[in-house]
Amino acid sequence: MKKTMYEKIWDSHFVVEATGQAPLLYVDRHLMHEVTSPQAFEGLRIANRKVRNPHSILATMDHCVPTKNRDLPIADPIAKKQIETMADNCQENGLNLYDMKNPNNGVIHIVVPEHGFVHPGMIVVCGDSHTATHGAFGALAFGIGTSEVEHVMATQTLPQKKSKNLLIQIDGELSKYATAKDIALAITGKIGTAGGTGFVIEYAGEAITKLSMEGRMTLCNMAIEAGARAGLVAPDQKTFDYLEGREFAPKGDNWNKALTYWKSLPSDEGAKFDAIITLDAADIEPQVTWGTSPEQVTGITNIIPAPEDFDDEIKRQACKDALKYMGLTAHTKITDIPVDLVFIGSCTNGRIEDFRIAADIAKGTKVADNVTAIAVPGSYHVKKQAEEEGLDKIFLDAGWEWRDPGCSMCLAMNGDELTVGQRSASTSNRNFEGRQGKGGRTHLVSPAMAAAAATAGHFVDIRNL
Amino acid sequence: MEAYKKHQSIAALMRRSNVDTDQIIPKQFLKKVERSGFGKHLFHDWRFNEDGSDNSEFELNNPKFKGAKILVVGDNFGCGSSREHAPWAIEDYGFNTIISTSYADIFYNNCFKNSILPIVATKKQLVSLMDEVAANEGVSFTVDLENQELITPAGNGFKFDVDAFRKDNLIKGLDDIGLTLEQTDYIDQYEEKHKQSFPWLWT
Repeated sequence: MKKTMYEKIWDSHFVVEATGQAPLLYVDRHLMHEVTSPQAFEGLRIANRKVRNPHSILATMDHCVPTKNRDLPIADPIAKKQIETMADNCQENGLNLYDMKNPNNGVIHIVVPEHGFVHPGMIVVCGDSHTATHGAFGALAFGIGTSEVEHVMATQTLPQKKSKNLLIQIDGELSKYATAKDIALAITGKIGTAGGTGFVIEYAGEAITKLSMEGRMTLCNMAIEAGARAGLVAPDQKTFDYLEGREFAPKGDNWNKALTYWKSLPSDEGAKFDAIITLDAADIEPQVTWGTSPEQVTGITNIIPAPEDFDDEIKRQACKDALKYMGLTAHTKITDIPVDLVFIGSCTNGRIEDFRIAADIAKGTKVADNVTAIAVPGSYHVKKQAEEEGLDKIFLDAGWEWRDPGCSMCLAMNGDELTVGQRSASTSNRNFEGRQGKGGRTHLVSPAMAAAAATAGHFVDIRNL
Repeated sequence: MEAYKKHQSIAALMRRSNVDTDQIIPKQFLKKVERSGFGKHLFHDWRFNEDGSDNSEFELNNPKFKGAKILVVGDNFGCGSSREHAPWAIEDYGFNTIISTSYADIFYNNCFKNSILPIVATKKQLVSLMDEVAANEGVSFTVDLENQELITPAGNGFKFDVDAFRKDNLIKGLDDIGLTLEQTDYIDQYEEKHKQSFPWLWT
């Protein structure tokens, strides 16, 4: 029978289906951070259970960590306790932790690929919705809740329900400065934040195979923003080249064995998908969100819609609420929206490629008056690489702040946040109300668009620069 | 986990769609290492004014919804972050049942781990329920999970679908981990095979 990549991974991880219970799937890799794990460790302790496979776990600290003055004690006592609890839990259970001082530290979904910890064909989980990132490697990677974190630690398995399979086929060529981020936002705009609910998405087509591994990670990262359980891209030579030589990648004879297996993973020709959506890459222009949901998004050359532009009553109300919260008037040109703060970073866009393209735009410019611009590398490795390439100097000369790694303003848990009414151009993944600080107004964009907005003080069509 | 029993309770109404987990429990409350005490922060940024007083415009602050165990809410409830703090807050606040047309995947799974039943209604059913709650003072619905039935005073109730395994666990208040550990022999066998097939993951 012809199988999709998702079906192949499902079948190869099936452990047992006991009568009256859900199928159990085996989990290869378990990623961890400080926010969603403490209660899981506590649960293990109370039940007197042990971590079954400590080597399957890689942990970091990212959500609460400061991105400046890292040598000082953490000022927030509750965050400090969470960080310390993570360190204690990892030590007690013999887990590999890249703590705040570790040169490998960074955002979990940036750090894990850097070390080659996720391979094609794996099942990967993390108490974090953006686990979907690792689908870029052809691994089935999805976010789980804290109870499930505990479940995986104790059993190395999860009871699962099979998802449906959605193929998103994107052919054609992206225009200059239209990026993986713009594809992800355009998809969410097209199918909505619930459009992928119940599905695992496989992204395919010429525009996808042409993306770098970093671009594929950005794309899969936002599969969750379209409601999907996971996103997948078929592994190819780019995937193998990326992995080869990294710390946790197979070595020697095992490399060849792994390669043979990985090459068997892509969906069979003619395999059946439950739904198919096609997009032409050439139609995707740089995207900007205007509302408080990632589906409220449009191209840079467009105007903000009015509630009456929507037929659906709920969407009409959502538009009305969003415009009120965002302090925007219907039918304003996107290019007329001013910004106060620009953030480049996060598990969506905190990789070296993101800082290269942003630096390319920022080079020789100055951040506009009244705009604060911060660049937060996704990891210390990204930071070091960028500094070796002189990117930090470009940002600093242009008036940007160059920070230490962390989730930072993506969810504003660490003190980096917007104040009431402040408006950001942000390369993160969610523009929910208050996401970047209570009363803060977020516009999601690509790194190139963010960098251009920092200089202009409002959104601009980077294709015209 | 507490067993889910048949109950008759006040239904509260939020006519909002795409309510995300950042609204259910804002990020400033995610730093705790405990699992309890999140109910007082449920919908914090909508529920309270700057000075900490109740925001009288927020739906759940309406006195007619006091003591509600059932939440009737718009499409795609619980989208966004995987934080289980969201169902912890909902459960701690006092809800044990949610009725919507759809839920985000991770949130939906998380509900079943916390004695919360997320009922899926059709658009038409949901609109009828919303209108019934809006038009009446302190309307109570009966939720009968055993028979998978919702009963309302105005007759807008319906039979609902729920996965048999999850239903059983909710009714019995079973711990998923305990059930899985009963399959340890199968997990051991799988793992032996895994070591043969994927030796590079075990070196």
